[in-house]
Amino acid sequence: MSSEKPHRTFSLPVLGDVSRRTAMKAVGATIGVAAFGRAILPLAELKDRVTLQEFLQKHYKELTPQEKATIFERLESETKAQYGAAVSIRDPPPIPGVRFGYAINLSVCNGNGRCAEACHRENNHDRATSQSYIRIFEMPRGTMDLEKGRSTYDHVVPAPDSFYLPVQCFQCENPPCVSVCPVEATWQEPDGIVVVDYNWCIGCRYCQAACPYHARRFNWQQPEVPADEINPDQGYLSNRIRPQGAMEKCHFCLHRTREGRLPACLEACPTGARIFGNLLDPESEIRWVLANKRVFVLKEELGTRPTLFYFFD
Amino acid sequence: MPRRLNTSGCLLLIAVSAAPGVIGGCSEQRPGAGDRAVAASHQGDETGRFPVHLNLPVGPPRVETGQRDHLDRPVTVSCVACHSLQAPDRVARSGDDLQQFHQDLQFVHGNLACLSCHNPLNYSALRLADGTEVEYASVMTLCGQCHPRQSNDYVHGAHGGMTGYWDLTRGPRSRRICIDCHDPHAPAFPHMIPTFKSRDRFLSPQSPH
Ligand code: HEC
Ligand code: HEC
Ligand code: HEC
Ligand code: HEC
Repeated sequence: MSSEKPHRTFSLPVLGDVSRRTAMKAVGATIGVAAFGRAILPLAELKDRVTLQEFLQKHYKELTPQEKATIFERLESETKAQYGAAVSIRDPPPIPGVRFGYAINLSVCNGNGRCAEACHRENNHDRATSQSYIRIFEMPRGTMDLEKGRSTYDHVVPAPDSFYLPVQCFQCENPPCVSVCPVEATWQEPDGIVVVDYNWCIGCRYCQAACPYHARRFNWQQPEVPADEINPDQGYLSNRIRPQGAMEKCHFCLHRTREGRLPACLEACPTGARIFGNLLDPESEIRWVLANKRVFVLKEELGTRPTLFYFFD
Repeated sequence: MPRRLNTSGCLLLIAVSAAPGVIGGCSEQRPGAGDRAVAASHQGDETGRFPVHLNLPVGPPRVETGQRDHLDRPVTVSCVACHSLQAPDRVARSGDDLQQFHQDLQFVHGNLACLSCHNPLNYSALRLADGTEVEYASVMTLCGQCHPRQSNDYVHGAHGGMTGYWDLTRGPRSRRICIDCHDPHAPAFPHMIPTFKSRDRFLSPQSPH
């Protein structure tokens, strides 16, 4: 870390930067003091977990490669200390000329949940709460209204007269979750993936409220994963273990996909319902699907422009 | 289904050379079971792409005799061992039609006769409706004859799934084939029991403590 700012003073536990603090004040002013207090409540409880280095960590997007390397080392040794697992954290950059797209064939998906399970393991989700970025709704035939779906079904699938709708972050081209973030801890990368800097996130949860698809998850507790189950193949902006009080969401497995590999949920799908690829490559599988299937997106009327599409054969 | 046989040709092609030709359409390349190992082992062709490995059968299925050899391996016999000795039954449509052998075979696949797919002139192979012989390794051509839509989707990566790399310039890919997911005699995809349920922390947050 550079040593340019030990002179700063901090008034809130996780606010390590003047611009961030100002942002928080501005937000507080517009939504009222009570709401502001509620919004930072999760933070107040985290006080003693936050290290000085975290305070000092600049906005991740602005860091130099050397500064990033220092942060990765720190996070790796923290993981070693807290979880007893040796991990390697890297930060694969977006591939130039790539914009990711995803499609799910709802005629084939049978709601077996292997995708959600693969996500759970790949992304080092909290074991006790069975956290996953994917939520599957069992839907009565003939509706796309999520309110009519149930994500808690527990029986042999597929059930008669039902279809299954896996919902995860749609990596919207026009993401409402990004603009509401008061501290720019979440943003869209050039390959379309909306990422979160977990150490920069102040946990105010505005993004969670702004997402019309309930695709964001909040870490109420420090995730617990046994050492031998931790996936050591980690990305800074993806599946490294998130701190308590941070927001998280599907990141299209960017630590895999930015190296050319398929997302974990796609590989795990036993029905072959998932199609992934580069929207900018006219020869790609995803482009073939867009050109040849009648694809649709959820809540199109909101203008979010998802890049995860659905289709029926 | 106007491009029926064309579709089948494409399928054969992926069986052989995988990725590059697939999206672009068919080429002249001739298929064959022996080419599979080649497709799987060589790394990146002239276009700089890695291969797509298909889980093709290496040869015709064999029938277990229930005996074991001196190395305790199951003794199996080929289909022709018996079928070269007896006349084909052209009307059999299910295990129930068979009295002497294969009675346990569950058959729920349209109203097809056994010999819609099995080749009465050579039980070590399959055949198309026009009599063209098809090796077991090219079984996807057989399926594609009657299911051109799914076969075409498969060729374009939109049916049947995959593992490995979305970007074939960076690494290879593996794919299951039709009969990995669909038993040719009872092809409906099996029902499954969900093994994992994510508990919804957004809808029912835990109280932090
Ligand atoms: C042990 C001898 C034996 C072996 C080995 C054997 N079959 Fe058969 N198979 C039979 C007999 C006997 C029948 C006729 C049963 C009846 O009609 O009751 C039959 C019937 C069939 C039929 C129904 C159509 C017809 O011609 O009767 C098919 C298809 C078939 N076998 C395929 C195969 C295939 C494929 C294999 C190799 C995997 C195989 N069989 C191996 C003995 C055998
Ligand atoms: C839709 C095409 C199709 C039809 C119709 C069909 N088969 Fe098959 N059969 C296959 C294929 C393909 C295989 C190879 C499966 C494999 O390698 O996993 C096979 C394998 C077999 C085998 C050896 C493996 C096994 O499953 O025991 C036997 C015996 C057999 N068939 C008998 C029959 C009989 C008897 C009938 C009619 C009742 C029949 N088949 C109808 C396509 C068909
Ligand atoms: C000779 C034509 C023919 C061939 C060859 C053929 N099928 Fe079929 N298939 C049918 C018919 C007819 C049906 C029944 C459609 C129906 O019931 O409406 C069917 C149904 C199916 C179904 C739907 C089953 C269900 O109950 O949902 C699947 C999956 C399938 N076939 C897969 C295959 C595969 C895999 C192969 C290659 C091993 C294959 N078929 C070869 C004619 C064929
Ligand atoms: C990864 C597994 C997988 C592979 C590989 C696969 N399928 Fe399917 N297929 C499915 C699933 C799942 C469904 C939807 C469930 C169903 O209808 O049984 C389906 C549906 C179908 C149907 C339609 C059934 C209907 O009722 O509409 C046909 C026909 C079919 N597949 C043929 C094929 C053919 C031909 C191939 C090879 C080119 C193939 N499949 C490869 C999993 C697979």
